Amino acid sequence: MTTTSPATRPATGPDSPAPDRRVGFGRLLLTEWIKIRSVRSTLWTLAIFVVVSVGLTTLLTWLTMRAFRAGQADARSAQIANDPVGFILGTGLGLGQLAICVLGALVITAEYSSGTIRATLLAVPRRLPVLIAKCVVFAALVFVVAEIVSFACFYIGAALVHSRFQVSLSQPGVTRAVIGSGLYLTVLGLFALAIGALIRHTAGAITTVIGLVLVVLPLTSLLPYSWGAHIHAYAPTIAGQLITQDKLQQSGQLLTPWQGFGVFCAWTALLLIVAAYLLRRRDA
Amino acid sequence: MIEVRDLTKRFGDKLAVDHLSFDVAPGRVTGFLGPNGAGKSTTMRLILGLDRPQSGTATIDGLRYDQLHRPLCTVGALLEAKAMHPGRSAYQHLLFLAASQGLPRRRVNEVVSLVGLTAVAHKRTRTYSLGMSQRVGIAAAMLGDPRVLLLDEPVNGLDPEGILWIRNLMKHLAAEGRTIFVSSHLMNEMAVTADHLIVIGKGKLIADGPTQEFIERSSERSVLVRSPQAAALTELLAAEGGKVTAGPGNGGQPGPLTVTGLAAPRIGEIAAGRGIVLHELTPQLASLEEAYMELTAGSVEYAVTGHPPGPAAASAPGPAAVPAPTASGAEGSNP
Repeated sequence: MTTTSPATRPATGPDSPAPDRRVGFGRLLLTEWIKIRSVRSTLWTLAIFVVVSVGLTTLLTWLTMRAFRAGQADARSAQIANDPVGFILGTGLGLGQLAICVLGALVITAEYSSGTIRATLLAVPRRLPVLIAKCVVFAALVFVVAEIVSFACFYIGAALVHSRFQVSLSQPGVTRAVIGSGLYLTVLGLFALAIGALIRHTAGAITTVIGLVLVVLPLTSLLPYSWGAHIHAYAPTIAGQLITQDKLQQSGQLLTPWQGFGVFCAWTALLLIVAAYLLRRRDA
Repeated sequence: MIEVRDLTKRFGDKLAVDHLSFDVAPGRVTGFLGPNGAGKSTTMRLILGLDRPQSGTATIDGLRYDQLHRPLCTVGALLEAKAMHPGRSAYQHLLFLAASQGLPRRRVNEVVSLVGLTAVAHKRTRTYSLGMSQRVGIAAAMLGDPRVLLLDEPVNGLDPEGILWIRNLMKHLAAEGRTIFVSSHLMNEMAVTADHLIVIGKGKLIADGPTQEFIERSSERSVLVRSPQAAALTELLAAEGGKVTAGPGNGGQPGPLTVTGLAAPRIGEIAAGRGIVLHELTPQLASLEEAYMELTAGSVEYAVTGHPPGPAAASAPGPAAVPAPTASGAEGSNP
């Protein structure tokens, strides 16, 4: 993945700067692309995402299948028998998503901690296009990687359970769940980016995102009554994860997979709008 | 041309910039002086649109910074030196800035060689010394070949060779007709670099005038007089409007007199008119640093207490414009 050199265009060199023409949005995308690919943290977090997701999916599916064949009727064996696709997509990616959270937060907080944000805003003082370009480039990168990893996890898992369970993309909801896993991770990355843009400190943002994803939002399932169920159903990542499941996890589900994904997108959009508003208002 | 009008910035209950107005004209180096915490950096950040002012405006050639279409091609800025990702190379840092302005890659190579970093440009900036980071910052400021440059304490962290290089660069750029606005808390540094000085303290404008005027004003502020008839001379000078302080005597000899309010030629004339013998008549050239400290005395944000006056107070009479290797009194006073 190489970028086209800025020199490939007719040079608007310093000799003829034409400062009256605004820089196009494509230039900002290129700017953000150069930024995201020129720091090692991008490569590292994506590498961890790939290794953890694919590795854990392989390991856990293989171990569980072994237990299943040995006739151990524990909960996990039951789960893999009941919903093999849900098991395959829910194990490795469930942990791998944390790497996406870290990258999403880092993409913006590292600018603040290093002071790069000043250089960035001096170059693009209207600020809002910076955030949009950053979101577009980051989302595109995560989407490509996450889809590849989702399909890889699915095919590896499918091969491992092949002897007992037939799973294929043609079964109802399966293609949606696999593509949906990549979509969920992409929006999760933007969710983390928005929180990073709000908090502006790496440690604080990562802690907040991971705390929400792993602890706070899942705990909403403990809320009683029907309002508790509604809060849980509409919680950002809980709703978002519906699209990664090929089967209903429980009866009486309040949202369909696509509705859930829409709710997650709405939460993320809301956070990004608040982040954009604060980016314009606050001192950099 | 930078125009600052009634600019005010408040951080909590602290007024960092207080109804500040001044112009920075092209074709010369304008020094921006003030003790630490005077609001120099904040003013620069307000001009550059990084901080939002409570009131007032700052424009560059008539436009607010965020109205510039390719800002780096109009204004170059060096703020704090280490304002880049430690894991990114200087080359990539400059490359993304160039991309944001539609500048060619060739321009990155040009500014990298301009600041003498070609050999290390592809190394990650965490390995750079402060001086090297400062050079990257200057390369970034020069990237768009801007006609206005704002440099916040550019000589910080530079070795003597680097300081000389920056001075000459600024003078050269000003001679090309560019607007150069450079902040410092060191008067002596500004005395040899700046053509014009803007002095602020506690966010308020204290002085705005040509450097030469500062030098002249701070010179000849007092005259040292030795005379065997010191007592008689003291009366005469006092009658003429001079303020006389007598120094300690030496044996039978009366001590030297320090006279302010009268120029040396006038003192000579007065003495000659009454036939008073003078053994010495020396205009005392206060150092520029001393004049500056006096100017900002009431507005030092972090004042040192319980210390004798700074090194400038003990400085011997000498040509004002010679930069003495002294730290300014304000510099060492950070809490």
